[in-house]
Parts: sequence; C-alpha cells; structure tokens
Amino acid sequence: MPCSGTGVSELFAAWTSPGQALALPVTVALPLLGLGALLLLRRHPNAREGASLLSGILLAAAVLALWPVVDRGLRFELWTWLPGLSLEFSLEPLGLLFATVAAVLWPVTTVFATGYLRADDERDQTRFFAFFALTITAAMWIALSANLVTLFIGYELMTLATWPLVAHKGSADARRGSRTYLVVLLATSIGLLLPAIVWTWLLAGSTDFRPGGLLAGQAGTGVLTVLFALYLFGIGKAALMPVHRWLPAAMVAPTPVSALLHAVAVVKAGVFTVLKVAVYVFGLDTLSGSGAARPMMWVAAFTLLAAALVALRSDDLKRRLAYSTVSQLAYIVLAATVARDVAVAGGALHMVTHAVGKITLFFCAGAIYITARKSRVSELDGLGRAMPWTFAAFLVASISIVGLPPLGGTWSKWLLLLGAAEADQVVMLVVLLVGSLLALAYLMPIPMRGFFLPPPGPLAHGEARLTIAGPLVLTAVGCVALFFGAQAVLAPLAGILELP
Amino acid sequence: MTAHLPVLPVLVPLACTPLCLLLRSRTMAWLIFMLAALGSLLSAVLLAVRVADGETMRYAMGGWPAPQGIEFVISGFNTPVLLLVSLIAVIAAVYARRSVAAEIDARRVPLLYTCLCLTLTGLLGITVTGDAFNVFVFLEISSLSSYALIAMGRRRRALVASFRYLVIGTVGATFVLIGIGLAYAVTGTLNMADLARRLADIDGNRALLASVVFVFVGLAVKMAVFPLHAWLPAAYAEAPSAVSTFLAAASTKVAIYVFCRFAFTVFGATLVFGTMPIGRVGLLLASLAMLIGSAVACFQTDLKYLLAWSSVAQIGYIVAGISLATSAGVSAGYLHMINHAVLKAALFGAAGLLLLRLGSVRLTALAGLGRRMPWTFAAVVIAGLGLVGVPPTAGFVSKWALAAALLDQGQWPVLVVMLVSSLLALVYIGRIVEVAWFRNPVELGETPKPPASMVAAIWVLVIASLYFGLDATLPAGLADAAADALLGNRGE
Repeated sequence: MPCSGTGVSELFAAWTSPGQALALPVTVALPLLGLGALLLLRRHPNAREGASLLSGILLAAAVLALWPVVDRGLRFELWTWLPGLSLEFSLEPLGLLFATVAAVLWPVTTVFATGYLRADDERDQTRFFAFFALTITAAMWIALSANLVTLFIGYELMTLATWPLVAHKGSADARRGSRTYLVVLLATSIGLLLPAIVWTWLLAGSTDFRPGGLLAGQAGTGVLTVLFALYLFGIGKAALMPVHRWLPAAMVAPTPVSALLHAVAVVKAGVFTVLKVAVYVFGLDTLSGSGAARPMMWVAAFTLLAAALVALRSDDLKRRLAYSTVSQLAYIVLAATVARDVAVAGGALHMVTHAVGKITLFFCAGAIYITARKSRVSELDGLGRAMPWTFAAFLVASISIVGLPPLGGTWSKWLLLLGAAEADQVVMLVVLLVGSLLALAYLMPIPMRGFFLPPPGPLAHGEARLTIAGPLVLTAVGCVALFFGAQAVLAPLAGILELP
Repeated sequence: MTAHLPVLPVLVPLACTPLCLLLRSRTMAWLIFMLAALGSLLSAVLLAVRVADGETMRYAMGGWPAPQGIEFVISGFNTPVLLLVSLIAVIAAVYARRSVAAEIDARRVPLLYTCLCLTLTGLLGITVTGDAFNVFVFLEISSLSSYALIAMGRRRRALVASFRYLVIGTVGATFVLIGIGLAYAVTGTLNMADLARRLADIDGNRALLASVVFVFVGLAVKMAVFPLHAWLPAAYAEAPSAVSTFLAAASTKVAIYVFCRFAFTVFGATLVFGTMPIGRVGLLLASLAMLIGSAVACFQTDLKYLLAWSSVAQIGYIVAGISLATSAGVSAGYLHMINHAVLKAALFGAAGLLLLRLGSVRLTALAGLGRRMPWTFAAVVIAGLGLVGVPPTAGFVSKWALAAALLDQGQWPVLVVMLVSSLLALVYIGRIVEVAWFRNPVELGETPKPPASMVAAIWVLVIASLYFGLDATLPAGLADAAADALLGNRGE
C-alpha cells in the first residue's frame, strides 16, 4: 500500500522535524498513557504493574532513540501561554541526559516497587503507581522544557505529584513529613524561584534557554549575584542548606519513593535546573567573569561538608542516605558555581553516576527493611552473610559515590576536581576531597558491618526476593558500566561545553 | 435590533424580575432567572465581539443624547466584566436550583430568584452605564437586593450579617453619591465622558479633590478593601450557598471595575495617581489586605468564613495591580479579577455542596471525608492551589502578571508581601487538605447524593481555572484590551 508508506515516512519526518518535532510531546505524554492504562487495569494488579513496566520500557526506548538527533535543535511549541510567552519543548544534551536517567531508572524502580509494596502489603497501590507515573511525566516535562516558564510548571507539577507519595502511609509521621516537604518546596519555589524567573523575564525580555546565557550582558554584577542566589535557594529541590529540610522529612515515604525522590526524579530535577540555569540563563562565561556565583559557591561548600557530617552521625539508615544525598547534590551545585566547562560536565556526569549509585543504596535499604525489618545502621551486623547480593551491591554503589575506581563516580569527581583546579579554587579542591573522605567514612561502615561483624543472633531470613534483589543488582552493574562508558555519556555534552 | 444591543444585558434581567415575582412557582422562577442570565450572557458575548477591535459603542437611553440623557458605553474596559458577571450568573443559575431547594424555605424561593435577577440587573447596569449618577442608581439596586439575599441565609446570624452590610454599604453608597454630587457641582455634568472633558481644564479645585476622596472611599467599601472589609466575611459566609457563589465572584469585581472607570476615565490618572496619592494609599492598603486577610483566613474554623477572608486578601492582589496605574499593573488586576472570580465561585460552590451533604462546613465536620467525597475535595484542592498560585492553575498566571508588573515598577516590598500572602494561602488550603485526608473520619450516616447540576457547575469552573492556567491568552487578551481602553482613551 503506497498510501500507508508515505504516511509512515511522513510521520517519521514529523517525529524529528526541527520545527515541530512530535517526538518531544510524545515522550512527555508516554507516562501519562501508562497512567491511564494502569488506572483502567486497577482491578488486576499484575496487569496494572505490567502496564507501568511496559510504559517505562517504551519511554526508555523513546528517550534513548532521541540521542542520535540530540544536536539538531528539535523544538515543539505547545501553545501560547500568555502573550509573548509560550509553552515550548526543545531538545539539548543536558536535558536529554536527565530524561535518560529518569526514563531508564523508572522501569527498574517499578519492578522494585512491585516487589516492595507486595511484600509489605501496602495499601492504595494503584494510587502509588499512578502518582509515580505522574512524577515521571513531570520529569520529562522539565527535561525537555525550552524556557523557564515551561520548566517552572513542570517543577511545581512534580512537587504536587510526589506529595501524595510522601504522605502515602498516612500516619502521624507521614503527615508531619509531608507537610514539611510541601511547605519547603512550595515556599522556596513560589517565594524565590518565581520572582527570579519574572525578574529574568523583565531583564532579558524572554525566558528561553539560550546557549551562552540569556542574561549575558543584560545586568550588572550586583543584580546577577542576587538573582543567582534567588535561583539557587529557590530551586529547593537541589537541597542547598538551609532549604534542605524537606529531604530528610521525606524519608517517611516507602523506600521505592525514596529511591525515586533521591535518585531519579526530584533531586535530579533540582540539580538539573541549577545546571540549566547556570549554563543557559546566566552563561558560564558571565558567571565566572562577573564573580556572581562566588557567594553561592561557599554555601554549596558548606552544605557539602555539613551534610556529610550529619550523615556520619546518623544511625538511621535512610536518614544517613538522605544527608549523603544533600552532600552529593552540593557537589553538582558547586560545579555550577565554579562555572567552568569541565566542572559543569563533571556535575552533569555526577547527576548520572550519583543517580545510579544512590538508587542502588536505597534499593538495598528497602531490601534490608523488607527482608530483615532493620532500619538502623547499628543493627546491620552480620546481615551480609544472609543477604550477600544486597550487601555486595551496597558496597559497589558506595564506592561509586565516594568516587573510587573502577566505578562510575570516579570520573565525575575527577572532572569536578579538574574544574576547581582550572578555576584556581584551592579551597574548593580541598572541600571536594574532604567530602569524598567523609563519604567513605559514612558509607563504608555499612557493608563492613554486614560482612565482617558477627551477627548478634541466628539469622532467620535469606536474600531478598527476586523482584527486590534483581533491580538492585542491575543498578550496581550500572555503576560499573558507567566507569567504562563515561566517555559515551560525556561525548554529546561536547556540543554545549568545551571538554579537554 | 442590533442597535439596541448595549441595553439588553440590563434590560433582560430587569424585565425578568417582575415575572419571577408574579409567577410564584419555584421552577418557573428558576427558569426565568436562568433565561435572564443566558440572555445577558448572549448579549454580552455579542457585544464583546462587536468591540473586540478596540472601538467603543455608545447608546443613548430613550433616544436622549448625552450629556443630557443617560448613555450606555461598551468598550474594552467593561466587556471583561460584562462577560464575567453574566457567565458567573449562568453558572450560579445551574448551581442554584438544587442548592436553593435544599437551603431555602419553599415560600421564599421565588423571592430569592427575584432578588437575584435584580442584583444581576444592578451589577450589569453599573458595568455598562456611562453616566455617573446612573452608577449610583444601579449600585443601590444591586446593593439593596443583595442585602435581602444575604438575609435569606439558613441561620439567624444571616440577619445580623445582612444588617451590618446594609449599614456599612449604605454609608459607602452615600459617600459615592456625595462624591458624584461634588463632581456635578464643579462641572455641571453627570455624563462620564463629559465629566472627563470638563475636569481636564480644572486645576487644583478643593471640591474636586473632595469629590475624588468621597467616590473612592465609598467604592472601597463596596470593594471590601481593607480596612473597609468588615461587612464581607459574615455576609459571604452566612448567605445561601448559591448567593455567596454568585456574590463572591461578581459583586466586588464590579465595584473594582467602577473604581478603574472613575480613576482612569473620569478623574484621570494624572489627578488620581499624580496629584493625589491614591496609588500609594492603594498599594499600602492592598499590602495590608493581602497579609491580614490571608493570616486571618488561616485561623478560621468554618470553611465559608475561611474562603471569605481569603477573598479579602485576594481583593488586595487586584487593588495592588490597579494602584500601580501602569498598563501591566491594570492588566494584571483585571486578569486576577477574572481568575479569582472563577476560583472563588468554584470554592464557594464546593462549600455549598458540602453544606448540602453534611449540614455544616465547620472544618471539624469535614474530617476524613477526602476519601468519601473525592471529587468535591479534589475541586477544593485544585481551586485552592489556584489561590496559592501554583501552576498549572489560573492563579499562577495572575501571580506571574502581578509579579512582573510590581517588579517593573520596583515595588519590592509589595512583591514580598504578595509572596508571603501566597504562602499563607498555602497554609489555609493545607489545613483543609489535612482535615479532609488525614483526620480520622467522623461518623456519618447516609448523606444526600450530590446533585449532578451542582457538581457540573463546580467542575466547569475548576476546569476553566486549569485551562486558564495553561493557556491564558483569552483572559490575558481581555485584560490587556481593558488596560488599553482605560489608559489610552483620555485623549492625552
């Protein structure tokens, strides 16, 4: 049939046509389709999770298929929002990197969540998976946003979509935690980020992300400094101190949510926005030339060390991981404030390596909680003998986050150090190194206790069930793969950053 | 026929008023109010299309030409209000049938629809008239009928609320009258366009300054601008649900429109915002309203009172925009006028639905009902997030526009106040959410089924608020046209 042949080829042309690339809105809408499917199948749990998983795999495929066309500048305008401002998607390497992290880890988390929720016999599983899908939609929306307004809408949608997940248990704790979560995130975004965006709009007459920086040459150093601080504190999801409080508060959520929040969607949306603002709104040359990022660099450095110290003192496993996240996110924010191409590339890579590493750690924490009902570090003695896969994965991911070879985190930390050195920031160089040492100190005791200390009594359980242990082994393998594949992740970034 | 179009939005509900009273049947009275609202909406839409290209329609009542006769004027500055009020009237009419049947004594139902018709006549009359004294007449028509409407509330407290509104409202209306009288004494004319022409030549006249003050203070009462808001919370909260849905969305908005009309097209921006400090006073009072209204709303224990106090704050947003007297500011004010009307009508509508099903809207009575009545509470949360200004709701668009307008003028303190007020809105909306989803459910017997018409009315508004949040070209276009018409037509 010649007719359908042209139809297909037309569709394919429209899929990646530079002006109106259908691929972009379809990618954002895919999780929504999954959401619809899983709501329809709510009476059949297996089919429901199948729908989640299938849409996750389709989404991952769709996102990966965008890599070959990443430098073609695809755009898609949804519609005009206000006169002079439109909702628009565009494709660029940094955004696609974030989209890939979220899209690839979503199906993995789905498998884990299925195992976890069923083992724990959680209530309202349909609601859980529905809001999960909505969060991923928001992540895709943020990743592909072409301007600040579009991004802000996705950013707030994500806050609202994750809130019922944090409050999922409905207990008094969950209520308190979810309140802090919502109040901190909305207060920062509406109180600081929104005025920052409006200000940018008034200064530059546009909110488009522009290579080289939208604000380049549009404002003096003083204004840029204040504006940059507004952005960095306003992006509460990046968890700079003192607006990090929502992150430990969100620990009341079930572990798959913590995995999603701390590795895949929420915090990465935060640091992604920070990088995007640094690169496309301020422009790295403007930032480093004017010194507008200097004050925030110290805030990031303080957060990096302080959070690591808190993590070191936390006995609760999830709390320790949460503060470790705060500390590791500060690495990425620090990369943005150092404002060197190499550092930002390191930050972008750290977004990926930390995502894979931290999701592994949370999966392990969940596996330990479900299988052994343990949630404190001091209770983990000898558990490694019963759960060797889980603890091995924990060890691998820990080393990756610390940044030692042969794991993915090595390269991101290396690039960050190079960036700090290039900017002659000796203090920051030391901060980065001390942060890694502290990471070693707060993460390593956990697998060490598991493997080398004798268990207090006989262990009544074995390894976690397959749907739980499978994903965590997979992501641990991912940490190793990132060591060898880091070049492939970095290569597309060469289009926007100058890499050595 | 079409030559008489400008008079129809007022004439249709006015003609329907005696019919409501004479027919004495509940269904017929409702039907006639519905027809009146639909008729007004239809003529409003036709008029809006006519003047969409920026021209002005003038209509001489009874063939007596202005400035001697009364003139109706349709232009960019009143079409948004005309559309808004008649549209809200239609939705309120859909909503009212079951709500009124449940809340009001059967004997009084035709009376209620009569008053609603009269209020609609008054509000639309204020909007279209081009004659300053005629504004006062229509203001009194709408006020007197709304005092009666509020007095029909289910509790005896409604009588107190109504009486209070009557006293304060009458003082306000008298102030307006004195102001108009002074303007007449100075110029010898009552036609707005004529007034503007003659006032332009007068400089530094004490009587004129007094006139400005009297008109604006009187209008501030009707607008419920802090600290002249005292009548509003009880009046909205105690009125029958259908009435509060309509009044909360429409009545203060019309007063705000008159404020703009007098400020920009009668007295003129140079006099009002240049010679006199109305702009600065407006910003100050708006800031206080935003802070105090939202803060008091956080401590309310009754949903309808909470919403009414939030209205006090939201009016502050609108006044702040208009007080800037810039094109962006006035446009932001109009935009929030539209968005707030939609959001608040949805919220009062939902409160009325809860009242119908539970018999009370005290927050304690709502405990744990989020699961039992998910659609109603979903509507409350979505519209509530609109008040906070979270995307993708309409409230975000108005917040954006207002923030841009304030920043443009370097009004940092007001911007901060606005953001703080938004966060306070988060607190009071959050309280509703916590009560509805996290408290232990109250013991509840059989509750009446939610009437489909009421649910439909609420959700039409909620969906409109989401649509206006994602694609604001329609309300923003209307608001921009209004700002252009107000700021551009003084022949400067």
